[in-house]
Amino acid sequence: MGDWIVFWVTAPISIAAAGAMVLARNAVHAALFLIVNFFTLAVFFLVLGSPFLFVVQIIVYAGAIMVLFLFVIMLLGVDRQESLIERIKGQRLLALLLGVGLVAEVVAAVRLGVGFHRGVLPNFGPVNQGGNVRALARLLFNSYFFPFEVTSVLLIVAAIGATIHGNRRIAEEETIDVGPEGVPEEPPGGPEVPAAVDAGTPARSLVARSRGAAAGYAPPASDEGRVAP
Amino acid sequence: MRTPISYFLVVSALLFTMGTIGVLVRKNALVIFMSVELQINAVNLALVAFARQHGNLTGQVLAFFVMVVAAAEVVVGLAIIVSLYRKRRSANVDDAHLLRW
Repeated sequence: MGDWIVFWVTAPISIAAAGAMVLARNAVHAALFLIVNFFTLAVFFLVLGSPFLFVVQIIVYAGAIMVLFLFVIMLLGVDRQESLIERIKGQRLLALLLGVGLVAEVVAAVRLGVGFHRGVLPNFGPVNQGGNVRALARLLFNSYFFPFEVTSVLLIVAAIGATIHGNRRIAEEETIDVGPEGVPEEPPGGPEVPAAVDAGTPARSLVARSRGAAAGYAPPASDEGRVAP
Repeated sequence: MRTPISYFLVVSALLFTMGTIGVLVRKNALVIFMSVELQINAVNLALVAFARQHGNLTGQVLAFFVMVVAAAEVVVGLAIIVSLYRKRRSANVDDAHLLRW
């Protein structure tokens, strides 16, 4: 009975938070709604007999990943409004229709495959012998040992890649600005031009921004012109 | 447990669809990325529900792996978004149209 009440309390919150995330104009609001949604998913994990994933969901997702998201949102500036121009005509309506179709399709598949009747579920007790965490560890370090090690390599590669990506300097790859007509502006000259830039017309955006980088173009040690990742 | 497993699967389907719509409709790269996270979590919910349905822990292990891969994906994706922002001064995906014909 308990799981019935928990489900019917949590599921509407979960769906509402997801919908609010998609509709939120402000990126920070979207992130906060997503955190609510992650918490409800953690509750679902608990109801479904997985206390380990419940804790991991809260610590890793609602904690670490969403903090990273909020950090990047703050870094990029939160006060920007999203443009409402549709590049493809009728994109929103079409997306909504396709979404309704997807839901109908998946629900039909669930009905055919699992069914909506209240079937007898297998006993989870013997599987979870010695606790869910211990049972998971037994499975993870025996049957899934190699994939587990591969994920460690993946995490290291991701960390290195993100570090290298964040450390790249702006001036080396020229900043491309979108002009008023929507075509990319000509990047003004090479890196040696900005010395005499005060009278030039193309100074508008790129040069002003990369002045520090132009000064310290050769040595990568100078910190000026670098945006912290 | 009185709740049928299929109810969790329906919730998962709804969350996944909302993530899909978010990816299709939104313009802000960060919100698109959050929608992708929502999709990943919907799939996780389905995996855990199937683990309960079949009475073994394989689905939970798979959900665990999905979380690890999602963490790596978030790190790389946010780095790409930050560097896109540094290049374009905007996180709008419509501004990144260099390969558009």
